[in-house]
Amino acid sequence: MAKRKERIDRGIKVRSEDIFALLSWKEMLYLAFPRLIPIVGLLIAPLFLNIYWQRVLISVCVFSLLAISWDILAQSGMISLGQSLFFGIGAYISGVLNHYFHISPYITICLATLLGALLCTLLLLPVLRLRGIYFSMVTLVIPLMLVRIIEATKIFGGTEGLSGLDSFGSPWIEVYMIVVILLICLFGFRRMMDSDYGLVLRAINDDDRSVINAGINIYLFKSQALFISGAIGAFTGAFVTHVYMFVGMPVFALDYSILPIAAAVVGGPGNLAGATFGAFILVPLSELLRGIGGLRIVLYGIFLVVFIVALPEGIFHFIKRKYFQFERWVEV
Amino acid sequence: MVSKGTLLEVVDLCKSFGGIQAVNLISFTLQEGELLGIIGPNGSGKTTLINLITGFVKPTSGKIAYRGMNITGWPAYRIIRLGIARTFQMVRPFYHLPAYKNMIVPLYSPRVKRLKGGRYGDRDAIALDLLEEVGFERDSFVAYKVASALPQGYLKRLELAKAIALEPDLIILDELFSGLSLAEVASIVPIIEKLRQQGKTIIMIEHRLKELFRIVDRVIVLNFGMKIAEGLPSEIMDNEEVKRAYLGTEV
Amino acid sequence: MLLTSIIYGFVNSIILSLIALGFNLTFGISGVANFAYGALYILAGFLCWIFFNTIGLPYVLAILFSVFLTAISGLLLYHLVLLRIRGMVLAEVIATFAIGISVLELFKYFGFIGFEYSLPVFIDKSIDIGNVTIDMQRVLIVISGLILAILLWIFTHHTRLGLRFRGIAQNERTALSLGINSDLVASLSVSLGAALAAIAAIVILPLGTITVESGYDVLINALAVCIVGGLGSTGGVIFASFLIGYAESFTAYYLESHWVMVVPLVAILSILVIKPSGLFGVHKELEERI
Repeated sequence: MAKRKERIDRGIKVRSEDIFALLSWKEMLYLAFPRLIPIVGLLIAPLFLNIYWQRVLISVCVFSLLAISWDILAQSGMISLGQSLFFGIGAYISGVLNHYFHISPYITICLATLLGALLCTLLLLPVLRLRGIYFSMVTLVIPLMLVRIIEATKIFGGTEGLSGLDSFGSPWIEVYMIVVILLICLFGFRRMMDSDYGLVLRAINDDDRSVINAGINIYLFKSQALFISGAIGAFTGAFVTHVYMFVGMPVFALDYSILPIAAAVVGGPGNLAGATFGAFILVPLSELLRGIGGLRIVLYGIFLVVFIVALPEGIFHFIKRKYFQFERWVEV
Repeated sequence: MVSKGTLLEVVDLCKSFGGIQAVNLISFTLQEGELLGIIGPNGSGKTTLINLITGFVKPTSGKIAYRGMNITGWPAYRIIRLGIARTFQMVRPFYHLPAYKNMIVPLYSPRVKRLKGGRYGDRDAIALDLLEEVGFERDSFVAYKVASALPQGYLKRLELAKAIALEPDLIILDELFSGLSLAEVASIVPIIEKLRQQGKTIIMIEHRLKELFRIVDRVIVLNFGMKIAEGLPSEIMDNEEVKRAYLGTEV
Repeated sequence: MLLTSIIYGFVNSIILSLIALGFNLTFGISGVANFAYGALYILAGFLCWIFFNTIGLPYVLAILFSVFLTAISGLLLYHLVLLRIRGMVLAEVIATFAIGISVLELFKYFGFIGFEYSLPVFIDKSIDIGNVTIDMQRVLIVISGLILAILLWIFTHHTRLGLRFRGIAQNERTALSLGINSDLVASLSVSLGAALAAIAAIVILPLGTITVESGYDVLINALAVCIVGGLGSTGGVIFASFLIGYAESFTAYYLESHWVMVVPLVAILSILVIKPSGLFGVHKELEERI
C-alpha cells in the first residue's frame, strides 16, 4: 500500500476566507494575528530594550529595509549584488549636505533619498537592456570603484570620512523613526507588489517578451522599480549616517551588499515579509555572536549558501505553509 | 469588407542571422480590413517576418510602413502601441497565475489606458468579459483556473484574448490553429469572423491550410525566406511551385 | 622611462591574462559561474605558504600540493554547491560569490595579514633588456603565461574534452543528447579553472605579499578582462588583458597607484555601454536585445 504526502488547507484558513471571516472572532484573529504581531511588537519593543539593544533594533530595521529594497528589485528581475551602492550613495549625499552646507538632518535625509535614488537609477540605466547577469556584475563593481575613487581623490573626507555630523537629537526619535518607516515600507510595498502594478513588474521577471508584447515599455517599469529600491536604500544610508554621525568608505562595505541577499534568501525570496523576517533572524544572531567581529560576513555567506542550496523557499514560506496547511500521509 | 486603404507596407525586407538569410527581399502590402494568410514550410521565415514587422527583431535592410508611417527599426513596444497585436507560436501564459490574471498585463498597456480614457476600475471584471468573448464559459469558472492547468485549446484562446485586449487595428496570429482539434478550430473561427466584422485587419500564419483557405481573402507563400507566390486561395492551390515547396504536406 | 613602462606593461598584461584565463575557462567557455575565483587564488597562495613554511616541504612539492588541493577545492565547490543550482546563473553567482567572500574574510580573521606571508621567487636573479633591469620572476611569468595561453587554446579548440567544455555552454541539452556528461564536464571545468588560478597565484604572488585585498582585485581584474575581451573568446581575453594591462601599468607609472584599480572597473562599465558582448565576444545576442 503506497503512501503519499498530501497538503490540505487547515479548516480555519478555509473558514476565514473571504467574507466568512467576519462570522467569528476566532477567524478574524487567525487572519489578523500574523499582521498584528510585527506591528504591535515593533512598536512596543523599544520601550523594553536598553540602549544597546535599541541600537541593535535600529540595525535590524535598517537591514530589513535593505533586504526589502533588494527583494523589490529581485521580483522585478534584477538581482543586485551591491545594495551597498544605494546605501553608500545615500549616506554620502546626506553626510556631504550636512557637513558642507549645514542642512538639518531631517532635510538631508529627504534630499538624500530622492537624489540618491535618481543617481543610482541613472548609473544603472545603461545596463537595464542587457541580460540579468550584467546588472548583477555592475552592481557588484560600482561600489568597489567608488571606494577606490574616494580613496584616490580623497574627496569627501577621503579615507577618514566626515565625522561630527548632526544627529537627530534623541535616541527615541531614532528608534521610532526607523521602526515606523519599516512598517510603512513593509506593508506599503507589499501592497504595491500585490497590485496590478506589481504584477506587471513580476511579469517582466517571468517573461519580458510577453510584457513587451502588450506595448509596455519594460525599461520604464524596470527603472521605476530601480528608483523605488534606490530610494529605500538611500534612505537607510542617510539615516544611519546621522545616527552614527559619521560617513566614510565603510558605507560601501560588503556587509550591506551581502546581508540583504542572505536575509531575503533565508527568510524567503520573492516576499517582502520574508526578507524582513530573514533580517530579523540574521542580524540579532550576528549580534549575539558578537565576539566574532569580522566573521559576520562569513556567517551571512554560509547562511546564504546553505539556504540557496537546501531550502530555496526560505523560512518564511515554510512557516506560512505550516500556518495555512497541514500535511498528512494518504494511502494511494 | 470595404477597404479603406493600405494599412501595412513591407518593402524589400531582409534579415540575416550570422550566415543564415532568414528573410530575403520580401515585399507586400496589406489593405485595411483584409484577412491575409501567410503560409510556407517550416523554417521559411514566417515567424521571423512577423518578428520584424512587430519590432521584436531589427531588420538587416528594408522598410516597413504602417499607415504611411515608417516604423522600420522601431522598438517592439512602440509598434504594439500603434495598434498592432500579435500572438506567439508557442503560447506564453504566466503559468502560475489564473487565466484572468493573465489578462492584467495587456490591460495595463498604455494604449488601453489611452483608449478607455484614464483610470480603469476593475481590470478583473474586464478580463472576465474578454475571456467570455473568446469562449471561456463564465459559469464553468474556467477563467479562474491557473494557466498551468488549462488545456491547449483554452491557452490558445487566452493568447487571442490577450491580443484583443489591446484593442488593435491589426492582429497577427502566429499558428493559432496548431495543436487544436477540428472542433476547436471550428469554434474559434466565428471569433475571428467577429473581429473582421469589427473592421480589424488580420494576418494569420498557418499550417492548417484547409481551415485557413476557407476564411482568408489573400495568401502569401514563403519558402527559404523568400516570397514565392501571392494570390487568392484558389490560385495558390494550383500553383506548382507552392506544391513543390510543400511536397509531402496535404493541401 | 618609456622602455621601462612598456616592458613592465607587457609583464602586467601577461599577469592579467594568466589571471583571466582560468576564469574565462569556467565562466566564458563552459558557462559555469564561479565567483569564488579570487578566493581560490589566495587559497592557493596560502596553501603554498603553509606547505613551504609551516610544514617545511621543498618548494616544488609545496607548489604541486597547493595546485592540486586548489583544484580539489574547485571540485568540492562544484559538487557541494554548484551541482544543486546548475542552470540558474544568478544563483550560481550569488552562492559562489558568498563563498568567495566568506573564505577571504575568514583568512582576514585568522590574521593572515602581514609581510611574513610571502612566497619566495624561483630564481633570484635579474636580466637586462636595453638599460632596463627585469627580475627573473617576471620573465618566468611571461614565459608561463604564453605557454599556458597556447596550451589552453589547443585544449579548447582541438581536444575532445576542450570541445566538450564549449559544448555545455552553448546548448546543454544538445550536449547531453550527444552523450556528453554535462555534470562531469562542468565539474572538470571548475576544477581546471581553479587549478589555473592556483598556477597564476604561484607565479605571481612571489612578486609581493599575499594579501586578502588582492583576492578581490583578482576577481575584478578577471571579470574586467573577460567582459572586455568577450566571454568565451580566448583571443579576446588575451587582447583585453593587454589593453587593460597597459592601461593599469601606465596609470600606476604616470599617475598614482590608487587609481590603478579604477581602470578595470571603468573598463567594464564602458564596454557594457559600447559593445556589451565584448570586443571579440561570441555571444552576439546581447546586442540583439530589444
